[in-house]
Amino acid sequence: MSATGIGPGFTRLAWVVAVLPLVSAALTLFFGKRTPGRGWIYGVTAVGAGFVLSLLVLWHFVQGGGATSSSVSWFTIGPLHVEAGQFVDGLTAIMLIVVTGISLAVHVYSIGYMQGDVRFTWFYVVLSVFTAAMLDVVIADNLIQLLVGWEVMGLCSYLLIGHWWEERINSNAAIKAFITTRIGDVPFMFGIFVLIAATGFHSASIQQVGELVGGADVSRGLVSVAALLLFGGTIGKSAQFPLHVWLPDAMQGPTPVSALIHAATMVAAGVYLVGRLYSVFLHAAPEVLRFVGVIGGITMFGAALLALVQDDIKRVLAYSTVSQLAYMVTAMSVGPPGRDAAFFHLFTHAFFKALLFLGAGCLIHAVHSNNMSEMGGLWRRMPVTFWTFAFGSAALAGVPPLAGFWSKDELLVAASKGHAVVFTLMLVTALVTAFYTTRMVMQTFFGPYRGHGEPHEAPAVMTGPLVALAFGTITVGFLGAAVTGGVFFKWVFFEAPEPVTFVLWVVTLSILAAGLGILAGWYVYRDQPEPDPAFQLGWLSSLLVNKFYLDEVYMHGIVLPVRDRASAAVVWFDRNVIDGVVNGTARLTKDLALGTDVFDRTVVDGAVNGVAQTAGFTGGLLRYLQSGNVQRYAAFLFVGVLVLAIVITRV
Amino acid sequence: MIRLPLVLFFSAALFSTGVYGVLARRNAVLVLMSIELMLNAVNVNLVAFSQFWHDVTGQVFALFVIAVAAAEVGIGLAIVILIYRNRETINVDEVNLLKW
Repeated sequence: MSATGIGPGFTRLAWVVAVLPLVSAALTLFFGKRTPGRGWIYGVTAVGAGFVLSLLVLWHFVQGGGATSSSVSWFTIGPLHVEAGQFVDGLTAIMLIVVTGISLAVHVYSIGYMQGDVRFTWFYVVLSVFTAAMLDVVIADNLIQLLVGWEVMGLCSYLLIGHWWEERINSNAAIKAFITTRIGDVPFMFGIFVLIAATGFHSASIQQVGELVGGADVSRGLVSVAALLLFGGTIGKSAQFPLHVWLPDAMQGPTPVSALIHAATMVAAGVYLVGRLYSVFLHAAPEVLRFVGVIGGITMFGAALLALVQDDIKRVLAYSTVSQLAYMVTAMSVGPPGRDAAFFHLFTHAFFKALLFLGAGCLIHAVHSNNMSEMGGLWRRMPVTFWTFAFGSAALAGVPPLAGFWSKDELLVAASKGHAVVFTLMLVTALVTAFYTTRMVMQTFFGPYRGHGEPHEAPAVMTGPLVALAFGTITVGFLGAAVTGGVFFKWVFFEAPEPVTFVLWVVTLSILAAGLGILAGWYVYRDQPEPDPAFQLGWLSSLLVNKFYLDEVYMHGIVLPVRDRASAAVVWFDRNVIDGVVNGTARLTKDLALGTDVFDRTVVDGAVNGVAQTAGFTGGLLRYLQSGNVQRYAAFLFVGVLVLAIVITRV
Repeated sequence: MIRLPLVLFFSAALFSTGVYGVLARRNAVLVLMSIELMLNAVNVNLVAFSQFWHDVTGQVFALFVIAVAAAEVGIGLAIVILIYRNRETINVDEVNLLKW
């Protein structure tokens, strides 16, 4: 258990953090509508308690404690014995805090944002179930348990994107998200099976499998296949090219959901998975990590470009999320230092991206539109939203000393050691990121107001979480910064922490890229040009506005051909098999009914009538005995006494 | 001292006469009288065995039977009178009411 002699402390109770939201979901489902707030009270309480417990779990690692694990027997298939349980190390503790912290902010924020919603209680039920599933993924000590949480998250994502399903576009987005991630989840599941098979069916435990893949008798080819299949899950869940198309559409869901699921937690699960199973990727062929890098690189730069031409503020943030996740994925490809940096970026990104989404939610709440072309000049009217949003944007752009700067710096440092292409691409993407972030802020908060009505600042229940997350955005970066000795990395990777180094030329380039992007953005958008110059770039603009035509390619290359053939097959199946079954059943029923009729008439009626006739016949015979004549009765009595007397005397 | 078999023989003859009267007579009053014959045949038996065993219980029992027989005859004659008033006859063949 603990290697350093410190007791397990609260790490034993990490599973309680995951169970609490599940309990609150059940309570909300059954009793939510009877509570004064129509159901938020259970979720907020449970997640808040989980957050406190997570801090206590982290305290164990701050003190220098080691990883702990505990499990119970789950099931056995052939030689494979699977246990369900928890594995808690520094990374788990950090993830617990991220998930419960962001979830708490979103739970509180939604009290205001979802007020008066038709399915308010149901919203909280699914939000709590989602939190429980994500926490299950975080604490899971084995692959099967992780897969369960992973799939439940997908379901909750589907339910929440389609929360306002009355509008066709929303339910379509939900279906698209569900099916697209499913395309990644199927390889992921087979990846788990291949991985367990490759390591000889010894265990499904993540830790044990991670140790076994290095064994001499383990086929490297199989491990490579497993790694590729597992990465398929990451491509789907973390919205990497070419399956990133679902995430922008997922913005049809309520904004708090976008903040929690589609920015801070669920989409980060794919990155978390790669990091957790990193030894699998290290022991696979080097081409696998190179493939990871290529996918990440394409997504990182492509999504950042797409964010340039979006008018819907949530879609800007969605493409930004895709791009930032790709940063982490790309960093994973450069080796263990990249993995550590990626986790740090995951940690900081969760705070500032959740902040940005919740801020965008306040804006949408105020102007009743997602479009930045209907905003503008809001900084005076919504000061709290403006300042917190500004901090979030600065962190995203990489302005020192905010969280995004430190983690992006770590990513660049990791890539600077012999990965020139990755490093250059990261730097260019950082520049584009700074540019589109500036564009977003300029169009929403500055210039004249272009929308309708009179926008007002959001209520305190919504701005409160913003301020809390802004505080996190400012502070959490220092945990991993070189100036504080990078305590984050000591907690998370206690076994062999990479020393956090401060590389001057990298930092200079990073600041230069961010500064250049912000300056360019300010210069282009300082006068609120109409029309937006981003749409005036000829073929490039049309390419970007049409999202590289990927949706069209998928629609005409895959969805329609498959759908048309599938529908033809379904029609054939319907006509021949289903109709055959239905008609056959009908004919069978009719024949059976005829048989039953005959049986009814002959056997059942015969029995009933026979009983009646027998009774009538017997009665007809017996009626002669009852004549009413007293003397005949007396004679019967006398004969009876005689018979009795004879019988008794004989005996 | 009269011997016991003689008394029993007399009692049986008396009882048989009673049975004949009950089964064969058509007059309801005579049927009632025949029942009295049968009861008194039993009384004779009781008294005879009481004397034979030197046990007074049988004689006490006979007294009870006489009392019950008196009550029975009272009710029986009342029923006969009622039947006569209703039907103008006491012929038991015509009074076939004991059926459903």
